[in-house]
Amino acid sequence: MTRLRGRGISAVNYPTGMNLGGDPSQALIHATTTGNFVVTLSSVDLGQGLRTIMTQIAAEVLGVPPESVIIDTADTDTGPHCMGTFASRATHRIGNAIIMAATEARNALLDVAGEELEVAAADLETDGDGRIAVKGVPGKSISVLDAALAAHFKYGRTISGRGIYLKPRSYPDFETGAMDPDSCQAHACTIAEVEVDTETGEVRVLKLTSAYEIGRALNPMMVEQQIVGGSWMGMSHALYETTEPYYPDRAHGPVDFAEYLMPGPADIPQYDAVILERPSASGPFGAKGIGEMTANSPIPAIANAIFDACGVRIDELPITPEKLLRALDAAAVAPRR
Amino acid sequence: MRSSFVSFTLNGEEKELLIAPGQRLVDVLREQCGAMGTRNGCGQGGCGACTVHVDAVPMLSCLVLAELAEGCDILTIEGAARDRTLHALQEAFVAEAATQCGFCTAGMIMAAKALLDRDPAPQREAVVEALSGNVCRCTGYEPIIAAVLAAAAMLARLPAAAA
Repeated sequence: MTRLRGRGISAVNYPTGMNLGGDPSQALIHATTTGNFVVTLSSVDLGQGLRTIMTQIAAEVLGVPPESVIIDTADTDTGPHCMGTFASRATHRIGNAIIMAATEARNALLDVAGEELEVAAADLETDGDGRIAVKGVPGKSISVLDAALAAHFKYGRTISGRGIYLKPRSYPDFETGAMDPDSCQAHACTIAEVEVDTETGEVRVLKLTSAYEIGRALNPMMVEQQIVGGSWMGMSHALYETTEPYYPDRAHGPVDFAEYLMPGPADIPQYDAVILERPSASGPFGAKGIGEMTANSPIPAIANAIFDACGVRIDELPITPEKLLRALDAAAVAPRR
Repeated sequence: MRSSFVSFTLNGEEKELLIAPGQRLVDVLREQCGAMGTRNGCGQGGCGACTVHVDAVPMLSCLVLAELAEGCDILTIEGAARDRTLHALQEAFVAEAATQCGFCTAGMIMAAKALLDRDPAPQREAVVEALSGNVCRCTGYEPIIAAVLAAAAMLARLPAAAA
């Protein structure tokens, strides 16, 4: 039995959003009588943390505490239009739509507060903690709650905002084929360290070290979550997930997810994640998308590490023990020069 | 085969329910007891999402016939927090970002709680072993392992009664 170690590297540029026939998403915001702000979206949180990020963005722009933001992603039949949660687009598209909606709602809020305090709205500032004060005169202030109540019951106004972000359709240039398919690109580099067992064909990933340049990490803890979870998923795609082989026929293959192989807690490598920030001009607070690319960059890094370890180049995923042993056998018959 | 009354304790509360033959414990917990925290994942013992404690032993409630729960003491995720205070594992799962979509979380916490109940200061290998029957699609497992170890450290600092 021989165990060979190898190291491989990959580099990825990944688009944020896509183009198709144009890529819009909308957000609507309104204040309740209690001074909470409801952000209505049709975008869905799959566990990646969309609700948290959208709460942060809305609170930041409105100038209110995150606790007073309610994200309502209830129903795509009745909500404002969203193209969906895919293409690593949600933070960028919906975040920008929320910035637009929250800016309008904030202006409406400050208009009411200005009337109540008998000052111009432009002279007001929010403390991010539920109060609106005259700039430089913290004693002269009104709570967001009282401003919301006044809007509803005294002035008969809504404190609300409409937002949309559209990445317009880009047609390829007839002569050159050039086009503008995405809004920005995030970048990543992954180094994989593996150990290949040349007797069993098994590959163990020892370490995945990744650096991600994602514009601005709006929530660094959740960015790291995406990187670590994506590293695992990339490793799973690279080495495990398949409904093959099956012998002698399909009836003997896995029939459901209970029989579908994925790495468990005993199979994980050491993960190391580094976040780099080069703000994107079009992103909300400079953010780019981090979602999908995290599962992509480990795959070529692992394939390259296997080549480095044992000299065989496998270009079909996943790199199962069977494929590796067959490749090693072929290489032994016709040794590389 | 006729339905029969089955009595058991759920999170400290006495229950007496009419159970049909062949009914699974996971369905009784979710549909008859309203304990929706326990997830029905694969329904065939492969994913661990439905893990509950039966007489302090972690079991896959999709593989337990509810009739066999007669006289048993059952603990689900709803019983992990006490007096409106989260269990150390729940605190640690939040702090370590050990949950994303959340579907595996209740089962993970119940599997980990069974470990900490019998081994309050586990090594990493023991945590990995205890979680090896629970599948997670999002986190890459490392934050979950870290959370269990952090919870053990948290419990070690608490007076014994609080654990």
